[in-house]
Amino acid sequence: MNAVVEHIFSVRRVLAMLGKEFIQMRRDRLTLGMLIGIPLMQLFLFGYAINMVPRHLATVVSISDPGPFADSIVAAFSNSSFFDVVHATNSPDEARQWLAEGKASFVVEIPANFSRDLVRGAAPELLVETDATDPAAGSYAIGAVPTLITTALRDDMVGPLHARATAPPPVNVVIHNLYNPENITQYNIVPGLLGVILTMTMVMATSIALTRERERGTYENLLAMPTRPVEIMIGKITPNIFVGAFQCALILAVARFVFHVPMIGSLWLLAAAATIYIMALLAVGYTISTIASNQMQAMQMTFFFFLPSIMLSGFIFPFRGMPAWAQWIGEAMPITHFLRIVRGILLKNNGPHEIWPDVWPMILFLFAAGFIAVRRFRRTLD
Amino acid sequence: MSDSASPRPAGTDGAMAIDVRGLTKRFGKKVAVNGIDIAVPQGQVWGFLGPNGSGKTTTIRMLCGLLNADAGEGTCLGLDFRTQSESIKRETGYMTQKFSFWEDLSIRENLDFVASVYSLPKRRQLVDQTLEKLGLEHRRHQLAGELSGGWKQRLALAACTLHSPRLLLLDEPTAGVDPKARRDFWNEIHTLSADGITVLVSTHYMDEAERCDRIVFISVGNIVARGTVPEIIAASGLITFTVEGEGARALAERLRGLPGIEFVAFFGALLHVSGYDRALLEKALAPYRGDPKLKISETTPSLEDVFIQLQQNNGGGNA
Repeated sequence: MNAVVEHIFSVRRVLAMLGKEFIQMRRDRLTLGMLIGIPLMQLFLFGYAINMVPRHLATVVSISDPGPFADSIVAAFSNSSFFDVVHATNSPDEARQWLAEGKASFVVEIPANFSRDLVRGAAPELLVETDATDPAAGSYAIGAVPTLITTALRDDMVGPLHARATAPPPVNVVIHNLYNPENITQYNIVPGLLGVILTMTMVMATSIALTRERERGTYENLLAMPTRPVEIMIGKITPNIFVGAFQCALILAVARFVFHVPMIGSLWLLAAAATIYIMALLAVGYTISTIASNQMQAMQMTFFFFLPSIMLSGFIFPFRGMPAWAQWIGEAMPITHFLRIVRGILLKNNGPHEIWPDVWPMILFLFAAGFIAVRRFRRTLD
Repeated sequence: MSDSASPRPAGTDGAMAIDVRGLTKRFGKKVAVNGIDIAVPQGQVWGFLGPNGSGKTTTIRMLCGLLNADAGEGTCLGLDFRTQSESIKRETGYMTQKFSFWEDLSIRENLDFVASVYSLPKRRQLVDQTLEKLGLEHRRHQLAGELSGGWKQRLALAACTLHSPRLLLLDEPTAGVDPKARRDFWNEIHTLSADGITVLVSTHYMDEAERCDRIVFISVGNIVARGTVPEIIAASGLITFTVEGEGARALAERLRGLPGIEFVAFFGALLHVSGYDRALLEKALAPYRGDPKLKISETTPSLEDVFIQLQQNNGGGNA
C-alpha cells in the first residue's frame, strides 16, 4: 500500500524539489534583491512621498491694485499651508505665463479698483486661476480659498466697514479652471498614459536587446565579427523608435476620438518631444541590457525603473503634493518632464518656448544614459 | 576580404599565422592560461587538445580579440593581437563551441547578414553560391534553429569562412556531431587548408587530432606537449601492453594501482595497460601470462593513452 502511495505522491520528492528551488532562489541574488527592494520602495513611496491632499502649491499673485487689502490677501495665502506664494507681479500676462510653463499651479489676481469696490461694498471680484490640467491637484486648495479671504479681510474691515466684513461675503471669489474648465480627469490621465505606456514598452523592448544575444550565445559571434559597439546600438535601438512612434500615434488617436481629449497645440512639436523622450527611454533600456545577464533580470530592472516613474512623475499623484526629496527624484526622471510637455502642448497650446524648460532635462538624460550605455558595452567577453 | 590580404602559399615561406608568447589570462585568482607560447606556420592545421577547463577556449578567445590577455605579446596574421584585434577579426573566422548564429533567422538571412557585416562585394551572388555549395538551396528559407546538429555545424563553418579568412579558429566544432558529418567536416578543413588557410582547432577526438599537422596539448593553462602525433607518443616514454580475451575486464581492477602501472584503460574490448618501467609492467602482468584465455602483447601507445597520461600527470581534472 505504501509503495502505491509512494508511486503517486512522494513527500521525499517534494522535499527534493523544494530543496532545489530554495538553493536556486538563494543563488539568484538579483531576484531576491528585487523581492525585498520593491516592497520597500513601494512602502516608502506610498508612505512618505504620496500625499492625496497636496499642500504648498506654487502660487503667483498678480496685483493691479496695491494697498493694505492686497497685502492682507497675499499674507493670508502665504500663511496658508495650501499655498506658497512664489512670485508677485503687477502684470496678469506675466502671471499667466507662470501657469503655462507649469511653474505655478495658481494665480491670484487682484483687479484694479479692488480696494475702492471693497470699501463701497460692491463685492469686487477676486480671480483665482488654476492649472486644471491636473484637476485633482488643486481641488482641496481651491476649496479653502473663500474662507481664507473672508478671514483675511476681517481684520482690515474695521470701523465703518465692519458690517461688511462677513455676510454677505465682501469679495466675489471667481475660480477659473484654465485649460480644463470642466475638470475632466481623462484630460489629465490619457495624455499621461502616453508617457507611462512608452516608459514601460520602450525600456522593456531594449532591455533584452543584448541580454537575449548573450543568453543565446550569439553575442560572442557578434563580437567576433567586425561590428562596432555604436553600430550594434544603433541597430538595436532604431527599430524601437518606429515602434514608439506607432504607439504614440495609436494612443493619441484613441485619446482624440474615444476620450475626446482636446489637442490644441502643435502635434509636430509633440512628435519632436516624443522622439527625444523615446530615445532617452531606449538608452535606459540599452543600459539595462548591458548589465542584465538574463532576460528575467532585464525585466526586473525595467520594473525597478518603471515603478518610480509612475509614482513620482505626477502621473497618478499630484507632483506638487510630494515632499521636496520626492520631487527631486521626479525631476531627474524623463517621464516627469514628458508629462508636462504632453499636457502643456495638448491642453495649454504651449509652444517651443514654454516647453523648453522640460525639453533640455530630457536631452541631458538622453546623453547621460547613452554615455553610460556605450561605456558599459563590453567589446570583449571579459 | 580585406584589401590588404592576399593568400600566400601554404606554409612555404615560413611566415607564422599565429605567433604569440607568454599568453596569460586570469579570472580572479584562477589562472586560466599560464603564459603559453604558440607559433603556427601559415597553411597548417593545428590541433588543440586538453581536458575540459584546461584553457583551450580562453586561448582561442584571446587570439581573436574576444578576451583581453593579462599578459603576453605576439601577432596573429602579422598584426599585434593585443592592439589590432579589430583588423585581425576581419581576416579571421571563429567558430564558437555552441552554435552561435541566429536561430530565428533563416539560413539565407544568416549568411546575408554575415556577408553584409563584412561588407563583402557581390553579396547576393556569394550567398547563393554558398547555399549551393552547402547543398541547402532548397532549404534556404528554413530557420537555422530547425537544422540538425550536423547541418548547423556546416552552416556555421560556411558562415565563418564566407569572408575568406586567412585564419580559422574552431572551438570544438564537431562536438555532438555524427561520424559521417565529422568526416565531411574534416574533408572541408583540409580543402581550406590546401587553399592556404591556417587552422587552429580544439577537439576531444583522437582521430581528429591525428588528422592535424601538429598538436598542442594544454593542461591547467600550461602547454605540456607539442609536436606531431608520433613525436608526442615517442616523447611520452610510455610503454603499453594490450590484454584481450575472456576475463580481461576483471583484470583491470586487479592491475590498477600495482607498482609501475600508470593507468589501465579500455579501448573497445582491448585493455591497455601502460607504465614507464618495462620490468615492473612485465612483473605485474606475469601472473596472467599463463592464462590461455588471455592474450597479452606489447603495442605502440595510442594518442589517447598519451592524452590520459598527460592529463593525469598534470593534474588536469574535468573541471
